[in-house]
Amino acid sequence: MLSRRFFLQGSALIGCSAAAHPLMSSMTFAATPGENRLVVVILRGAMDGLDIVQPYGDPMLAKLRPDFAIGPGNGAHDLDGFYALHPALSPLLALWRAGELSFAHAVSTPYRGKRSHFDGQDILEAGTGQDVPPELHRTGWLNRLLHSMPDARADTAFSVGTSGMPVLAGEAPTMSWSPEASVGVSDQGQRLFEQIYHDDPLFRDAARAAFEIGAQSNASGRRTTGAKRTAQARAIASFAAGRLRGDTRIAAFSINGWDTHRAQISTLRTPAERLAATITTLKDGLGDVWGKTVVLAMTEFGRTAAQNGSGGTDHGTGGALVMAGGAVSKARVHGHFPGLREADLLDRRDLMPQADIRSYAAWAIRGMFGVDRAVLEGQVFPGLDMGPDPKILA
Amino acid sequence: MASQAHMEFSELAPIRFGYGHRPDAAGGAAGPVTADAMLALLRGPDQAALAFPGPTTEDGLAVRAKYSELGKMRRKDPAAYEQVFANYRKTLGGMRRDVLRAVMARGVASDDMFRERLWAFWSDHFTTRVKRQPYALLQLSHAEALRPHLSGRFSTLLRAATLHPQMIYYLDQNQSVGPESPKAKRKPGKHFGLNENLARELMELHTLGVNASYTQTDVRELAELLTGLQVHTDGTYFQKQSAEPGAEHVLGREYGGGAPSLRDIHAVLDDLARHPDTAQHLARKLAVHFVADTPDPALVQAMAQAYLDHDTGLMPVYDVLLTHPAALQARFLKMRQPLEWMIAAQRAMGVGGDQVMGYGAKQMSRRFSGPLRRMGQDWRAPPGPDGWPEAPEAWVTPQGLAERINWAVSHPAALLGGERRLPDPVEFGAQVLGTRQSDALVAAIPRAESRREAVALVLASPEFMRR
Repeated sequence: MLSRRFFLQGSALIGCSAAAHPLMSSMTFAATPGENRLVVVILRGAMDGLDIVQPYGDPMLAKLRPDFAIGPGNGAHDLDGFYALHPALSPLLALWRAGELSFAHAVSTPYRGKRSHFDGQDILEAGTGQDVPPELHRTGWLNRLLHSMPDARADTAFSVGTSGMPVLAGEAPTMSWSPEASVGVSDQGQRLFEQIYHDDPLFRDAARAAFEIGAQSNASGRRTTGAKRTAQARAIASFAAGRLRGDTRIAAFSINGWDTHRAQISTLRTPAERLAATITTLKDGLGDVWGKTVVLAMTEFGRTAAQNGSGGTDHGTGGALVMAGGAVSKARVHGHFPGLREADLLDRRDLMPQADIRSYAAWAIRGMFGVDRAVLEGQVFPGLDMGPDPKILA
Repeated sequence: MASQAHMEFSELAPIRFGYGHRPDAAGGAAGPVTADAMLALLRGPDQAALAFPGPTTEDGLAVRAKYSELGKMRRKDPAAYEQVFANYRKTLGGMRRDVLRAVMARGVASDDMFRERLWAFWSDHFTTRVKRQPYALLQLSHAEALRPHLSGRFSTLLRAATLHPQMIYYLDQNQSVGPESPKAKRKPGKHFGLNENLARELMELHTLGVNASYTQTDVRELAELLTGLQVHTDGTYFQKQSAEPGAEHVLGREYGGGAPSLRDIHAVLDDLARHPDTAQHLARKLAVHFVADTPDPALVQAMAQAYLDHDTGLMPVYDVLLTHPAALQARFLKMRQPLEWMIAAQRAMGVGGDQVMGYGAKQMSRRFSGPLRRMGQDWRAPPGPDGWPEAPEAWVTPQGLAERINWAVSHPAALLGGERRLPDPVEFGAQVLGTRQSDALVAAIPRAESRREAVALVLASPEFMRR
């Protein structure tokens, strides 16, 4: 456990304080970071919500996707008689039974039109609509959330892994670390580096944090076991859990590999296994803090309702949101399912979005950190109408 | 950190305006460095690009054309497509790797380092990103296309950067159609309309700067004026059918009004380049990049004035940058960004350009592109159109510094062909850092347990990372 003094230095070295931010003057202060934990996982590449949480009760699904394994008869796990869980997520069934896993279906960001990963992720992480000032596009909604937490310090929010996390980008200080970044020098080398950095505060503080976090990272990395293709995901989740057991309240990282344009039966398996391994590793690593945690796994958009010519799916619109954690209210698939007949689809190809994915995130933040609705709809997610409370938290 | 106020220009200039000293050029072997000599090199031919060429715009467009061809194949013969596509992705990855090699080789080998640093600056100023794979090489060709214009007028550089097909794709100009244009009127069901992205970034990032006094109306009018800029297989062209008819008013001046043409776009770009706010924005940005995050206002003012006095000429601006006393203080407030630092490290170790060109694919990923990503500078993939951050705090993060230490420990010995080939660390420190070596570093080097860690102390020292 690192001392508080250490992290005060840590935040000073980032060099900017929340109080200096221009948005602050117009913002109502919310509660202190408190004891709750929020983990945001960005599923890059567009997760196929219709395959992860299969609405097998709609007979159109099997017709549109004749080559896919759909429903309980083909290996998926029945959830509620209408939806079934993708087989690669079977490690999460125990959470579903314990009421610690839920989903929202047919959700999307306000992004429409070109179905570009880049623009879609940009909007997802900016947390804005499509028509907002560019300065808001350059900050992420999690960073703007930090502005409403007066006690936030640099280590309140951590981005983990080597993917850049625009969702955390902005003026409020945050920390980042990749479990790959452990420092490989001898003990004597470490002492010598500390000496040569001693008189340059920027280097001194960064190095001290690097050596300390690196030591923790090495320790937690060794504990994980399992398949090689999920090893990196587990290392990241394990590191994040370690920080969240301490003073960190918000962690963000990515799981890549969801762009299943071909042979989806095999190509979706790996990212889905990574998602399952991430969530179970977080649960194991968080221990009793899991009860105060919500994990939101969000993707830039869904995929086409029908399979394409190479056994995969193409970029779509409506998709699914995965919510896990001890703070989740109950096992449920939230949202209205609009159906898959051609007339029900957007542009006759995509699942028609029924709700803004940001409203789920906003209600989670409202419940976890007590942030005012006006702040959520004005600053964190500008222009959002949160709508009625979907009651996703216990 | 050494704190003396004065340092000879010949010692300071390679650090501030280049990639640092090469051991074979140390001790004056390359002759005294002067501002005039640096500017003369810059005025001369681009030797580095001749020795280590990069992709042309045609090369970039050819990749895009190849993707369209593969798209057709995908519809006809999905099974065969898979294999061909997988192979082509590999080929394309190789093409991008070749360019990173060339970029490093130029910095490592060139005496004309100021050109390379300026190129890095201007290609960051005009940042584009790869949004879709078909543009992966076009993006790199955009940066290459700026090289001939580094020492001319900014108005020329601006035109080259803006009208390049990559910029038109990246900032969605190809999606922008005048609402009253013949194309929009012909197919009202298609809902053609303006896209303001290029117009906004042109003013905010590329010319006037975000604090300048333009309005949303100026952005909209400029977007209307830019309609017609489109790209086809051969590159950028002006498509009259999608141009908004009528005159537009940008910053109080009227453009167009007759038959829509590319000339109106040239005119507005020239005027944006000549605007006093652009002079201030560019002067300040150059000073921030090369000298300090809060540069001396007198330096910025002198550079801006030189720019305006010479009708957007860049050489007079560089002349001020290389000679103004405020730019030549022996205080090293800026941080070498990761790629810059890797180039400086190889240069310091005496690695040659041909050796860099010989790095294999695995070596490139293990020693360069992977570490760059982990240091926070995924190659040619900055977070947004505003490019890489300037603040030292953005680079000296715990993770960023850990990766630099790791790199300095792991890779120099391998690059030189074994630990025995590493230079004598004490001499290396003195040679590379000269009078900038801190007492702490001088004391630490001989106490390292291995030559590998001793050399790493030099390369990952604050004085080697600062410039």
